[in-house]
Amino acid sequence: MTLKTCRSAFCALLLSVCATAHAQLQIDITRGVSDPVPVAVVPFARAAAVDGGTDVAGIIERDLASSGRFKGIERRAMPAQPQKAADVNGAAWRAVRADYVVVGRVVAAGSENVSLHFGLVNALTGQKMLEDETITVSGKALRKGAHRIADVIFEKITGVRGAFDTRIAYIAVEGVAPDQRFQLIVADADGENAAVAARGSRPLMSPAWSPDGEWLAYVSFEKGVSTVNVQRVRTGELRTVSARNGVNGAPTYSPDGKQLALTLGGSGGNLDIYVLDLATQNLARMTDDPAIDTQPAWSPDGKTLYFLSDRGGAPQIYAVDARAGARARRVSFGVAYAARPRVSPDGKLLALEVQEDGAFHIATLDLASGNITSLSRGALDESPSFAPNGAMLIYAGRERGQGVLATVSVDGQVTARLQSSQGDVREPVWGPFTN
Amino acid sequence: MPDIGAAVKQKIFLVMIAAAVIVAGCKTKPVQEESSTSTPVSSASTPAVTTGGVATVDMDQRAGTSSGASGPNTQQTAQRIIYFDFDSSDIRNEYVDVIAAHGRYLAGNATVRVRLEGHTDERGSREYNIGLGERRAQTVKRALMLQGVQEAQIATVSYGEERPAAAGSDEAAWSKNRRVEMVYIN
Repeated sequence: MTLKTCRSAFCALLLSVCATAHAQLQIDITRGVSDPVPVAVVPFARAAAVDGGTDVAGIIERDLASSGRFKGIERRAMPAQPQKAADVNGAAWRAVRADYVVVGRVVAAGSENVSLHFGLVNALTGQKMLEDETITVSGKALRKGAHRIADVIFEKITGVRGAFDTRIAYIAVEGVAPDQRFQLIVADADGENAAVAARGSRPLMSPAWSPDGEWLAYVSFEKGVSTVNVQRVRTGELRTVSARNGVNGAPTYSPDGKQLALTLGGSGGNLDIYVLDLATQNLARMTDDPAIDTQPAWSPDGKTLYFLSDRGGAPQIYAVDARAGARARRVSFGVAYAARPRVSPDGKLLALEVQEDGAFHIATLDLASGNITSLSRGALDESPSFAPNGAMLIYAGRERGQGVLATVSVDGQVTARLQSSQGDVREPVWGPFTN
Repeated sequence: MPDIGAAVKQKIFLVMIAAAVIVAGCKTKPVQEESSTSTPVSSASTPAVTTGGVATVDMDQRAGTSSGASGPNTQQTAQRIIYFDFDSSDIRNEYVDVIAAHGRYLAGNATVRVRLEGHTDERGSREYNIGLGERRAQTVKRALMLQGVQEAQIATVSYGEERPAAAGSDEAAWSKNRRVEMVYIN
């Protein structure tokens, strides 16, 4: 659904009254590797009755290109339109400089489902890397099926599990204070299928996925005070898990999904890190310092909490064993300001916000060496979040006074922008693998 | 019979979905009010609009009915917003008398309560700014308590950078956003 199809008064009503979310990925490679691998994704044979016009090959090609590791081949340059790996003539594709060829077809499977048959051929060697794979999905979930094919192709060629069939959540804000409208939005990783999980006139912030992708934790202010909520995405079941005096903020799920690390301020306003057991409601204090301690992030093994503290004067990143009474150690050095840690899936990197030359950038910190590498160049970039395969991050930047979402490869080589028409968008968080 | 194009079909389909969403949204029942805001744990079975495996919760339906109060009505207490310098939670000299006037009023009216809402400008990390906004609210709270106001009369909340008073990315906007708002409540 594009903006143009939504020009009617009816759609305007829809957007304003019922606040249906709406975003799309426009791959806009702002910086790219010099040598992405050329892949020809041949248009899939259609099953017109059930495919709703969905361009499966186009989705696969956009997914692969958004990683920065691949680039597509224009359709008009394609020498043939094979639908099976066996029909791919490697020499013809080498002539148009395609290293790999993806082929497939959409076939109706009963009245509601479709089967996606696909193959992958190495045009350089002629090897059929995938002969005739099949994914069956509901006709309404054809996009999801296309993302799953992109995942399979990506892994087959790179050896890295694909993360295209995943979801993101983020906050969108419309209007200017005091008449703001906040929305917590869940969308496919490419920004499509955006839907509103929560909305209100007071701030919604700090979304975080549960490890199983079923729940979102976030902070809301609808009662005039801050509360930490967890919400089951599918049903809207909502539990307020912390509504204590003062600040309730910055929730993140433990890797086993049983605990939340969060920030509490109490009536005295001293922000410290706590761990809340979701089943028992037991609360354990992890830090006790008069400084601001906030933004806890778990290591993948659940043993360490990284967090921001300004106990040394300026915000820096510290680490503490996830056991009460442990002593914190500083882990970020060499930057004037480091904030919002998130740990990579392999536990080796922290994604951060750092301040350099008066601007806020996304950076990674190598936990072994302590080296900090900037990944972005905006003025107010924030909220980095790793894809579950660790190959990319999503973050928010600002352009012309509006928040925008972007992805960047973990080496900083490729940046792609996610276009949105939801106004000011911010705080993207990448959900887990779900299949 | 002429066949309508796939794109048109898709639009019709989307409009039908949209209509379903609106109808479902308008049927949504108000959420039952929770009995106490002080309980740390609560759950509500929330009526939801479902689109593509995502249910929508309307937070405004959960909001408590906080009846506002007008508070004191003198020249000094008419000023309800305290502004701060960059990265500072120190009370500027020009606001000392304003806060003292509010303090005297609250100390003399023990049933009146005030909520101190701390805010920051947009620079810096969001959750850290929640901390800075809370620091500002706590500074004002301590100044009020020095006037004899009871702690139970004062609530604090920090919105960090989430509710700016002025839009824009320059000092003119930022200086209006670094603030504590005093909201009288009953």
